[in-house]
Amino acid sequence: MMKQLPLDRLPELFRKISEKKTVIAPIQSAGQVNFGVWTEDSILRLDALKTVKSAKGAFFPQVEDIVRFRMEGKKIDIHPADVLTEEFVIFGVRGCDARSFELLDRVFLSDPVDPFYAARRQHGTVVTLACNEPEETCFCTNFGIDAADPAGDVTCWIAGDVIYFRANTEKGIAFTADLESAENESPVEELKKNITEILKKLPFGALNLTGFDGDHLMERFNDPRWSELARGCLGCGTCTFVCPTCQCYDVRDFDTGSDIQRYRCWDSCMFSDFTLMAHGTNRPTQTERFRQRFMHKLVYFPSNNEGLYSCVGCGRCLEKCPQSIHIINVIKALGVNKDA
Amino acid sequence: MQEMIINRLRELLADGEYAGVIGWAQGETPFDRTPNLFNAEGLDQLRYDSFCGSNLSKYLVQQASKTEKKIIALLKPCDCYSFNQLCTEHRIDRNKVYVIGVGCKGKIDVEKIRKAGIKGITGITEDGDLLKIETMYGEKEISRKDVLLEKCLACKGKEHKCADEVLGESEETCSGDKYAAVRRLEAMTAEERFEFWRGELSKCIRCNACRNVCPACSCIKCVFDNPNSGVQNKAAADDFEESLFHIIRAYHVAGRCTDCGECSRVCPQGIPLHLLNRRIIQDVNELYGDYQAGESIGQRHPLTDFTLEDEEPSVIDTRGGGK
Repeated sequence: MMKQLPLDRLPELFRKISEKKTVIAPIQSAGQVNFGVWTEDSILRLDALKTVKSAKGAFFPQVEDIVRFRMEGKKIDIHPADVLTEEFVIFGVRGCDARSFELLDRVFLSDPVDPFYAARRQHGTVVTLACNEPEETCFCTNFGIDAADPAGDVTCWIAGDVIYFRANTEKGIAFTADLESAENESPVEELKKNITEILKKLPFGALNLTGFDGDHLMERFNDPRWSELARGCLGCGTCTFVCPTCQCYDVRDFDTGSDIQRYRCWDSCMFSDFTLMAHGTNRPTQTERFRQRFMHKLVYFPSNNEGLYSCVGCGRCLEKCPQSIHIINVIKALGVNKDA
Repeated sequence: MQEMIINRLRELLADGEYAGVIGWAQGETPFDRTPNLFNAEGLDQLRYDSFCGSNLSKYLVQQASKTEKKIIALLKPCDCYSFNQLCTEHRIDRNKVYVIGVGCKGKIDVEKIRKAGIKGITGITEDGDLLKIETMYGEKEISRKDVLLEKCLACKGKEHKCADEVLGESEETCSGDKYAAVRRLEAMTAEERFEFWRGELSKCIRCNACRNVCPACSCIKCVFDNPNSGVQNKAAADDFEESLFHIIRAYHVAGRCTDCGECSRVCPQGIPLHLLNRRIIQDVNELYGDYQAGESIGQRHPLTDFTLEDEEPSVIDTRGGGK
């Protein structure tokens, strides 16, 4: 049974939730839309299809403190950072980003479990939103994601000036408990049908991913075309930092003068000091770094995770790469059993 | 113009005198243009049109030093300034590059088309100033001049300052006073200005796209990437550090920044980084006389060239700095 709310009463709902829980939503700030903490003054932008950064930051923030050390004489005090204990709601997550949480779970919730991530997953309620107007850069359809009916604890649809809610989990039932029941679910059915039709028109909606798997690892790895593909790459971290599934991080120490703050921050395989070791780096040029990123997403990850690709087709890299080099270039250039 | 360029390149590449040509390749979307190196066989993938906004001059630092033979570069009028500056700094050997100046009438910013609310773009065709945009939601139209790259609104003119030959016509696309935005910021109170920059710079994700694309940022290893520098960082502890990174970078390129605008073009968060540089350029012009970095090869910039007429440091008090 669906619930409903007039769209203009959404701030009222947010106000009520935020009495007890933090509400994170797509917020416009200095001209850009990113997920941020909702307050009365926030500019809510549920119409924005793609936030610049993905929603993963709600569970895996760009920077977070892990532990603090303080030396007193020969004694070292160790203060681990607190894990999250407050409940929060992340609202307006699209189907692609919702899938990315499942992919991140496979990394952070497998042994050894990451306590910071696990706590956020435990205390977070994910409210997703169907994509009324998918864009040409979207290609979620390749990964079994339905933008018309996304996953999450609650799924929402905005049809006209009404927002509809469907609870999918226990958390979702709690979230929608006080909302009034939908009189008529047909606008949602209509909308879903519409979206499904639009999704068929996506220019990159049906890519051929044949040959991107563990069985073809060495063929993909040794393909001579990597250097051609990577030639224009600037080696910036834009693709990795806007990506919902990139999960690499670095651990660094900051000397505050009185103690040492150990924190972790997103890292990028595009950077020259990525996984730098005492002997130097095993990826000396941008070609190897570039190859690493796509091999991870399209070959290593699926071969370790029952064929699941580490890409959700959100298309942020298509929009944001300064030189327009992205995963579509790689799939089209290297795929389709070209060596068979 | 594209056909003319490709035909000329076929002639030039025919006898093996050149190692190849740095130009823009057709990407996967109708408007993706990716810098690449072409040989004669690959020329059918070369594109030159309204989407070739990126500045190719910095690629020559690597490419021109790799090969014994000369390399051909396609440069727009504004790219020539960066090229000259890199030659001045001995990062590019001028004798190793054959520069073809390509005509430019301003380049299109697809992001601006999206910001105007046009979604699902599957094709863009030009009809004079009118852009006809095919989308998944029907055909739309928008005026070309409304969606030019920000850098084109500060166009430095149609002359190629370093070309060995020029192909195609250019048009100046400057829209009035390029210092207007700087002056708007100047007119703010210190608090307002601080709020403006804090809002903008706190969006920074430290992807380093601005630094990596910047032709003035040509250090082989940036201090922020060097584990031995003590200041290496990937993400900052707070937005103060983010601000510091950008302000340090602006000072580092002071006097050498040609105002090519690539920093703002590539920023995924739309931070108007070029305004930091333009503010410094404005100061240099006011204090030392009009100066354009990259105007020619070998020129000394005012911050490294002492003359008795130079302003004294105390000018900061009389100009009301710090207030």
